[in-house]
Amino acid sequence: MSETVNQHTEVSYLEYKGRFKGLFAWIFSTDHKRIGLLYLYSMLVLFSVAALLGLAMKIELIAPGKTIMDAQTYNSFFTLHGITMIFLIVVPGLPAVFGNFFLPIMIGAKDVAFPKLNLLSWWIYIIGAFIALSAQFLGDGAPDTGWTFYAPYSFRTGTNMLPAVTGAFVLGFSSIATGINFIVTVHRMRAPGMTWMKMPLFPWALYGTSWIQVLATPIVGVTLLMIVLERTMQIGFFDPALGGDPILYQHLFWIYSHPAVYIMILPAMGVISEIIPTFARKTIFGYKAIVVSTLAIAFVGYFVWGHHMFTSGMSGTALYTFSILTFFVAIPSAIKIFNWVATLHKASIDIQTPFLWALCFLFVFMVGGLSGMVLGALSTNVHLHDTAFVVAHFHFIVFGGTGYAFFGAIHYWYPKMFGKMYDKSWANIGLAIFFTGFNTLYLPMFYLGMTGMPRRYYDYVDEFHGPNIVSSLGALLMISGLIIIITNLVRSAKYGAPAEADPWQGKTLEWTVASPPSLENFEKIPTVTKHPYGYE
Amino acid sequence: MDMNDHQVHIDEHRDDEGAKTGMWIFIFTELLLFGGLFIAYSVYRYLNPLAFHLAAEELDTTLGTINTVILLVSSMTIAMSISAMQYKNKKLTLIFMTITLLLALAFMVNKYFEWSGKISHGIYPGSMTLQEASRGELLFFGLYYAMTGLHALHIVIGMAFIGYVMHLVIKNEVQHDNFAILENSGLYWHLVDLIWIFLFPLFYLIT
Repeated sequence: MSETVNQHTEVSYLEYKGRFKGLFAWIFSTDHKRIGLLYLYSMLVLFSVAALLGLAMKIELIAPGKTIMDAQTYNSFFTLHGITMIFLIVVPGLPAVFGNFFLPIMIGAKDVAFPKLNLLSWWIYIIGAFIALSAQFLGDGAPDTGWTFYAPYSFRTGTNMLPAVTGAFVLGFSSIATGINFIVTVHRMRAPGMTWMKMPLFPWALYGTSWIQVLATPIVGVTLLMIVLERTMQIGFFDPALGGDPILYQHLFWIYSHPAVYIMILPAMGVISEIIPTFARKTIFGYKAIVVSTLAIAFVGYFVWGHHMFTSGMSGTALYTFSILTFFVAIPSAIKIFNWVATLHKASIDIQTPFLWALCFLFVFMVGGLSGMVLGALSTNVHLHDTAFVVAHFHFIVFGGTGYAFFGAIHYWYPKMFGKMYDKSWANIGLAIFFTGFNTLYLPMFYLGMTGMPRRYYDYVDEFHGPNIVSSLGALLMISGLIIIITNLVRSAKYGAPAEADPWQGKTLEWTVASPPSLENFEKIPTVTKHPYGYE
Repeated sequence: MDMNDHQVHIDEHRDDEGAKTGMWIFIFTELLLFGGLFIAYSVYRYLNPLAFHLAAEELDTTLGTINTVILLVSSMTIAMSISAMQYKNKKLTLIFMTITLLLALAFMVNKYFEWSGKISHGIYPGSMTLQEASRGELLFFGLYYAMTGLHALHIVIGMAFIGYVMHLVIKNEVQHDNFAILENSGLYWHLVDLIWIFLFPLFYLIT
């Protein structure tokens, strides 16, 4: 297994001395691995803030009436929680951190196609983050529209919308730049012998994701720009008083934002497709089916945006079409689930932390996916629209899907990224607490939604009290789990035992280089002859 | 798109094909960006056919035609500068690039007079005149300012891009065997031209 491992003949990317020193050696580095870590650290900070906002909302909901904050504060909390989590963490998350770090290594390249553009993407990301977050502190109060910026409220509200919308607009450029970079990297820089059908599944997922980023982000860009023009220059795109149509805003917004859901989930599926064969010690079942379903999701995902608007007013034909297409898009996701489960069949499984994350992913992703079908059906949607059910579904898919895959990925690739191994038992304890808390938090919200509790209110009637207490306690449990997980990871970067080049006996190219990799990843570009998951 | 990405520590990596692929994808994103506005235009034109018809008659077709000719010629000159580069004629390359920039400037001057003419007639977003106008006229002029304004911004970006490449040509960093960035600036300029080719009939000709 280790005949190709090259052991520490070169200095690692973490110790390399370049033109700059200290912090500048990071924020001006064009090394894809350092840029990946820059994103990781930025997101860790933002995620902690947004998660605490979420916790504060759950504490507010522990009892009816005002508990710790008033209605306006609650409104701005869920807005900021949404903007930060969606635009700053979940959408860029996996591609920016693990895509940057591992895409070049997994396809046998020394860097991405445009390293300077890559660094520029991070800078745009940081600038966009500052602009978006400045909305909280400048002007007339924090935005209170929710992350969707629905018209006409988004230009009627007196709160400080402009920076929030502009920030999201700027972040779009970062996303597009990363997408272009990855597409060109995959097309031009695969190692000799790595044909398309010999490419590992995480790069495949990133490739599909990049196309969605490139093709969908400009639409939301121009839509947010229209909101900006509407607020600053009274051009009435969406305001009925100025001649516009608010429903058009919803269409334009979801033409991007539904494909964006697949920007979030495709790389997550890619991560799971890497973890499962490694710990099953088995070739992935149905490699081609996974590739094709990745592309199918990327494609069909464009034509389902209308299912966010079943109650907004559309023709019957449009309603049926969007509903049936929504059911179609579930098929490729289900194909992947079957492939992963079939890979585990009769495998000699090595149960390690990343594998446990992947298993938990399968569970929460199925709950999230099936509840999505409930929302995609027209009749049930009318009943459940804008209830806590939607929030539960959304968090099962986005936090449960992308979030679990993110933590799975960091536990999988941590030894490669930092050259250290984390404490496995603490990692497992953290996961157990987190998983219990997660389900205690979100499962009651399905019930609450079905019994009629609307979302985005800081108050509710007494009938909803019981499940809300359970849900809020779940939030506390989940946050404690998160604290254990993150503390363990941060601590292990310093005190962890040195990691081997291939601690999990993985077969893809990143396990053939040293942990942590050298600056140029490969002393000599490898020639690929075998299938990526060549277990016998 | 930076085509010559080489760093202190990584072997020089040059991939003209990759640089052009990146540019083409970027151009596609630009088309989609305008696509959102074109959708808004189609929807509102469909809903307000008569008002759009009346409002379009306010626009000066002559000025629009002159600007169309200017942009088409500038697209030709930037293409000629690339040919001149292939023939290793640096001086001619720079002359054609300069002509392109001058034409772009002429376009902007024209645009300035067109817009200021409208504004002096009280036709601008939020003006008193427009507040009394019909819903469709309001939308027409809103879209007119937003779309031609965004296009003008692209003209400025294109001028900056071409100016930067001229600087590289002068410093001999772009030469006959290494001119992907010149081609990319040309591609971008054609995009700006192409968008105008759609804006012109939509606002000036269809009345």
